[in-house]
Amino acid sequence: MAGPLRSRLQSAAAAPARGAEESGLARRLLIGLAVVFLGVFLLLPLANVFAQALQKGWDTYLAALREPDTRAAVRLTLFVAAVAVPLNTLFGLAAAWAIAKFEFRGKALLVTLIDLPFSISPVVAGLIYLLLFGLQSPLGRWLDAHDIRIVFAVPGIVLATLFVTVPFVARELIPLMQSTGTEQEQAALTLGASGWRTFWYVTLPSVKWGLLYGIILCNARAMGEFGAVSVLSGHISGQTETMPLRVEKLYHEYNATGAFAVASLLALLALLTLVFKSLLEWKQQRDFARAQQAPADTPS
Amino acid sequence: MAARAFRVLPGFGLTLGYTLSYLGLIVLLPLAMLLLRLLDLSWAECWRLATTERALAAYRLTFGASFIAALLNAVFGTLVAWVLVRYQFPGRRFLDALVDFPFALPTAVAGLALSSLFAANGWLGRWLVPLGIRGAFTPLGVVLALTFIGLPFVVRTLQPVLQNFEREVEEAAATLGASRLRTFLTIIAPTLLPAVLTGFALALARAIGEYGSVIFIAGNKPYESEIAPLLIVIRLEEYDYPGAIAIAAVLLAVSFVLLAVINLLERWVSAWQH
Repeated sequence: MAGPLRSRLQSAAAAPARGAEESGLARRLLIGLAVVFLGVFLLLPLANVFAQALQKGWDTYLAALREPDTRAAVRLTLFVAAVAVPLNTLFGLAAAWAIAKFEFRGKALLVTLIDLPFSISPVVAGLIYLLLFGLQSPLGRWLDAHDIRIVFAVPGIVLATLFVTVPFVARELIPLMQSTGTEQEQAALTLGASGWRTFWYVTLPSVKWGLLYGIILCNARAMGEFGAVSVLSGHISGQTETMPLRVEKLYHEYNATGAFAVASLLALLALLTLVFKSLLEWKQQRDFARAQQAPADTPS
Repeated sequence: MAARAFRVLPGFGLTLGYTLSYLGLIVLLPLAMLLLRLLDLSWAECWRLATTERALAAYRLTFGASFIAALLNAVFGTLVAWVLVRYQFPGRRFLDALVDFPFALPTAVAGLALSSLFAANGWLGRWLVPLGIRGAFTPLGVVLALTFIGLPFVVRTLQPVLQNFEREVEEAAATLGASRLRTFLTIIAPTLLPAVLTGFALALARAIGEYGSVIFIAGNKPYESEIAPLLIVIRLEEYDYPGAIAIAAVLLAVSFVLLAVINLLERWVSAWQH
C-alpha cells in the first residue's frame, strides 16, 4: 500500500528527467492539439447553449422559463431527484458497509451486479420496466384494474431514474470504506459505542467527501436522465415531462429559444456539479496530505 | 483470525439483506422480465425480428459509429491525458476539471448543443458545411455525439497510470541513445496500452447504449442515420413489443460481452501496475 503511494508522491515532485522530455516545439504542439480538441468538444457546445438561449435577450429567456409547462417540468425533475437520490444514497451506504467491512462468498459478483445499470442502454432500462408494469404483463393488468398508474406516469419516471442511478454512491463508497479498514470501528465498539453510534461518529466522517461526491454525481444523472425516462414518460406536457424531455418537446415544436432556455438550466446544473466535484477532490487531497504530514516529516 | 475480527462489527445481515433485496427489486427483477418475455418468442421468430434489414442497418450504424468514436477517444484521450499529466501550462487545472463535463451534462443538452454547433448556420457548421463536412443530421453527427459522450473514459483511466509511470525508465532509454519518439513507441506506449484499451472498451460500451445525445443530431432516417436504441423506441411506439424485445436482447448481449472484456482488461491493468 505504501509502495505505490510513495512512488507517486516522488514522481510528482521529481524534477523533469534529463533527456526524457519532448522538445519545446513538440510540447507546444501537443498542448495546442489537446486544447483544440477539448475546446471544440467541450467548451464550444457549452458556450453555444448559453448563446442560443440568450440570443433573443433576457426578457425572452426569462419568459421562456416562466412558461407553465416548463415550470412543471422543473418541479417534476426536482421531485424525481428528491426521491431517487436519497434512496440510492441509503442503498450505497448499506452496500458499501456490507461489502467493505465483511468477507463473504459472491462479493465480486455482487459488486459487478451493482455496476450493471452502467452497462445497460438507458432505452433498455426503460423497456424492462415497461415489460414489468405495462398492460402486456399480468402485474400491469392487475395494477390497471386497481387504478394504479406506474407506466407513462410519475412512478415509472422515478423507477427508471432509480435504475440508472443505482451505482453512483455505492461505487464511490466501496473502495473508500475498504481502504479505511475496520480498526477504528472495532476500537469504538470495544469502548462501548453502539453500532449506530459507531457508524455516525466513526465511519461516516471518514468517508464524508466521497459520500458527497457520489451524491452530486447521482443527482446530476438523476436530473439529466433522458433515454430511460423517455420510454416510460408518456410525454404529457405539464404532467410527465422532466426537464430533458421538455427540451426535446420544445425542440420538436421548433421553439429553439425555449429548448435552449431549459437546456441552459441543465448546463448550469452540470457546471455546478463540476465545481462541487473539484472542490470535493481538493478537500479530499488536503485531508489526505494532512494525514500524510506526520510520516512525511521523518527523513526520507 | 481476520475472519473472526471482521464479525465483531454489527449490521452485516441488515445491510447485506437490504442491498440484495433493493438490487433484486430495482435491477434484477425487471431484467428477468425481459429474459422471460424473450423466452416466449420462438428462436426463429426472435432471429427474424432481430435481423430485419432495418435492424441490421441500425446495428451497423450503432456499432460502427461507436467503434470510430471510441477510437477517436483512444487517440485524443491519450493525448489529453499526456498533456494534463506531463506539462504545466496556464489553464491546465481548468481543462482537467472540464474533462468530466460529458459525465455531468445531460445527454439531451449535449445532443442539442452539438447539433446546433454543426448545423449549416451554426458556429462550426458555417465553415464546415461549405467544405462538404455535414456534422448535423448525418451519420457523422452520430460519431460526433458519441465522441463527446465517451471523452472522459480514456483520459480518466490513463491519468493514474501516467502519474505512476517510472520516469527513470525513460531516462535510461535516453541515456542509451534512444530518440524521444523511439522511447515513446517502444517503452511508454506498451505500458500504457492496457489502460488505453480499457478506456476504449468503456467508451465503446457507453456509446453503444447511448440514446439522448444521438437522436438530436442524427437526423434519424431509417436505414441511414437511425441507431439501434432508437429503433427499440420506434418499435415500442408501434406496439411491436416482440420487435423491441429482440433488438434489446441483441444490445444487452453485446453489453454483457463488453462488461466481461472490461473486467478482464481492468485485471490486466492492475496486474501490469504491480
